[in-house]
Amino acid sequence: MDNGKRNGNIYTIVYAALMVVLVAALLTFASQLLKPRQVANMMAETQRSILRSVHLESQPYEKYISDTVAGPDQLPLFICTLDDGTRKYIIPLHGKGLWGPLWGYLALNDDFRTIYGAVFDHSSETPGLGAEIANPFFSEPFRGKSLYSGDEFVSISVLKQGHSQNNPHAVDGISGGTLTSRGVENMIRESLEPYLPFLRHYE
Amino acid sequence: MNKRIFLDPLFKNNPIPVLALGICSALAVTVKLEPAMVMALSVTLVTGFSSMILSLLRNTIPNRIRIIVQLVVVATLVILVDQVLKAFAWEISKQLSVFVGLIITNCIIMGRIEAFALYNKPFPSLVDGLANGLGYGIILIAVSVVRELLGSGTLMGYQVIPQQWYVANGGVYENNGLFILPPMALIILGLIVWVFNAKNAKRV
Repeated sequence: MDNGKRNGNIYTIVYAALMVVLVAALLTFASQLLKPRQVANMMAETQRSILRSVHLESQPYEKYISDTVAGPDQLPLFICTLDDGTRKYIIPLHGKGLWGPLWGYLALNDDFRTIYGAVFDHSSETPGLGAEIANPFFSEPFRGKSLYSGDEFVSISVLKQGHSQNNPHAVDGISGGTLTSRGVENMIRESLEPYLPFLRHYE
Repeated sequence: MNKRIFLDPLFKNNPIPVLALGICSALAVTVKLEPAMVMALSVTLVTGFSSMILSLLRNTIPNRIRIIVQLVVVATLVILVDQVLKAFAWEISKQLSVFVGLIITNCIIMGRIEAFALYNKPFPSLVDGLANGLGYGIILIAVSVVRELLGSGTLMGYQVIPQQWYVANGGVYENNGLFILPPMALIILGLIVWVFNAKNAKRV
């Protein structure tokens, strides 16, 4: 094609319009085609996280977990019934990290005071620093910690590394990931607060 | 001819140390080896195919919206890569989340389209794009091996430095936290640029 025609206004506008329509159609098609698989992946991921929070990794989800709601506000709650019949109550967590959202699941024993297990995940924390919250070495120490000091709700503090020994209400943070660690601390406190009346009621 | 197009970007004209393109993401994704490798692969595919597609279109693109057309093609490919990873490689897509989107801003891609694909046939353009992606990948992997090994004591997530060497276990060794932070990536990259410049100076 000669250069003069290629630089004309009408040619340029038609070219741009056609390109946009074609690309939009292509992307819509791809997104529709891949969506079922993506949704399935996302659901499987959620179920895996919930199972991990009660230390039942790679067990069948339906066998152990049932979905329910708590209190008059219909807060989401998952109840896990272990093989020996004891029940664990799993509360979903949502919060903010340094770069983006954090989320996780906190499993409580049936005394509603002590933690049975926890998992955390994030969308964009710094690899090697804040992103380490997704690792078991960070979430494992939550097990056995207590949310209450006497009758007062104190949540769990995430402290500087090495400062949480013998503290029943704190775990070690990640050095170099202070803002993410603080995000986890705030997330636990803020996500649990709406559940407090419900937890009291059950005690 | 095609062999030279392929080998040149790997060493003599490597996009990062010699052409100084794509440095930003080389600093961002090199804390660990595994994401660096997936990033290298994704960039290679996107540079290769965007160069090929734009080379096919090169005689039809209106001059005044040239850059926009390039951007649309690159962005489309990146979105497709992201969607396919989400559907078929969920774990990896989770690790790379933000970085996949950032491929669009990788200067190498637009640089090779502007400098090569718009003036060459589709097949050499594909080779040029793939080779530049690989050249980028080599540097990414080199930097991330140093950073993960000295910063975290691991490679691909596996512990390489023996546990008993660490101070915590009675040894004398400690991971160097500086390697996890971006400034150290810049220093390592500087050393690599030095090596490349010294080699290329000799050749001239």
